[in-house]
Amino acid sequence: MFTNLKRVFNFALVDFFRNKGISIAAIFVLTTTILLITGLFFMHGVSNFLISTIQNKIDITAYFKADVPEQDILNAKDEILKISSEVKNVEYISKEDALYDFTQKHGDDPTISGALQEVGGNPFLPSLNIIMASGASGYEKVATILQGDQFIDLIEKVDFSQKKVTIEKIFSISATINKFGLILAVILFLVAIVVVFNTIKLAINGSREEITTMRIVGASSWFIKSPFIIQGAMFGFVSFIICFFVTFILAFLVSSSVEIIMPGFNLFKYFTSNIFIIILIQLGFGVAMGVVSSFIVVNKYLKV
Amino acid sequence: MIKFQNVTKIYQENIIVLQDVSFEIKEGEFVSIVGKSGAGKTTLIRMILGLEFPTYGEVFFDGESVSKANSKILQKIRRKIGSVYQDYRLLPAKTVYENVAYIMEVEGKENEEIEVEVPRVLEIIGLGDKMNNFPRELSGGEQQRLSIARALVNHPAVIIADEPTGNLDPYNTYEVISLLEKINKSGKTVVLSTHNREIVNKLGKRVITIENGIIIRDEEKGRFII
Repeated sequence: MFTNLKRVFNFALVDFFRNKGISIAAIFVLTTTILLITGLFFMHGVSNFLISTIQNKIDITAYFKADVPEQDILNAKDEILKISSEVKNVEYISKEDALYDFTQKHGDDPTISGALQEVGGNPFLPSLNIIMASGASGYEKVATILQGDQFIDLIEKVDFSQKKVTIEKIFSISATINKFGLILAVILFLVAIVVVFNTIKLAINGSREEITTMRIVGASSWFIKSPFIIQGAMFGFVSFIICFFVTFILAFLVSSSVEIIMPGFNLFKYFTSNIFIIILIQLGFGVAMGVVSSFIVVNKYLKV
Repeated sequence: MIKFQNVTKIYQENIIVLQDVSFEIKEGEFVSIVGKSGAGKTTLIRMILGLEFPTYGEVFFDGESVSKANSKILQKIRRKIGSVYQDYRLLPAKTVYENVAYIMEVEGKENEEIEVEVPRVLEIIGLGDKMNNFPRELSGGEQQRLSIARALVNHPAVIIADEPTGNLDPYNTYEVISLLEKINKSGKTVVLSTHNREIVNKLGKRVITIENGIIIRDEEKGRFII
């Protein structure tokens, strides 16, 4: 058994180096498709980052009555956090903070500054900014609770109705992007599978007669199949090594440029923090495709 | 050793290739199967190797039904047969040495035995100095001798040669036929399919003549008469 195992590995290795043209072609196609799959993974990361950046900019604000003590507002904040696990963040903004933010933003505008002086004192209300982890329905749910009996004595108004259309639109766009991305990924993935399968098929096609001859001289199926399957795995492994280094170098080189376009998204950091998933995708896809394609093609030619 | 029992082979669209063929080849015999191209010789040979199966009837090898054999038994049968073809059927990606060694490796022979036996057989066949060449680097005659070496190396009980001289010049034809005669003299059964009149008449051995898929003659010391 061990001798035979050694023999089939040796056959695979010898053929791999002897048929250099075929090996290079198969590795080239596999490398290209693995890079495509890796690209899809990075696209997924980028779109997730963009979607969450946009979604983080959405919030609803509950304005409290001017005379509500700060402690009551902080208690309400704790209550809101308990409403649902979908509540991602609640930020308390005091009257003073609101005034400060406003003057920082509009201090240079004499009309607004004048109007503020005319009103006299601090016209702003203390508030809680609420960010949800879920979609538009989550915001609606929280807004309904805030406008209900529980908070009626504390809350002046909730600005959900003004923002409702925008929130729904943003979440609908995010969902469309996700759906479109998934469909595109599935299509490209299927194309990659077909391309790799046909390349391996072409690579083995030249050995069709050889496989028949091996069968005629009494070689067992596994003795014929194994070298081709091992060779398929070798194509996948070599492609993985190339892809991994190409991805590493590209992520390193392009990272700073990407960060200029998308502040806060570091491509190289994304690569390093997902390194094991990337290895799994590249190695798994490469070797699995090489092995499965070889297995199917040789099996087809073995029917003698 | 080899027995055809009322074998009929019909391809699609009712093309009858063999019709009610029955004969038996005994151990140690040298049998030539002759006929025009398309007479059914190759189909008959392919049936012995289990590469084709009869539509009706049965083919036996060493008492075992080839037509009903599963892949394991087929493997066993094929290992008992050394086959030589007009187009040589060599493994083009392997060297001369590897082509012969492959047959022994298939049988699970030890490396030590392979390292002794393969050069010995190649020496006998006259290819001792071309062990590291690839089949494409050999002449037609050399390629055919290599396929004979490959057929012989595992000491099979039967050698089946399907038009082995079809692509060879008279000199190489003579050499190949002489080799087959020697193999037969060593006690092995030889089945030769050919349409070369001269060879068959010179051999003076048993001749089975096929015409349009039917055996029209089976003579102990036959001649090529069509």
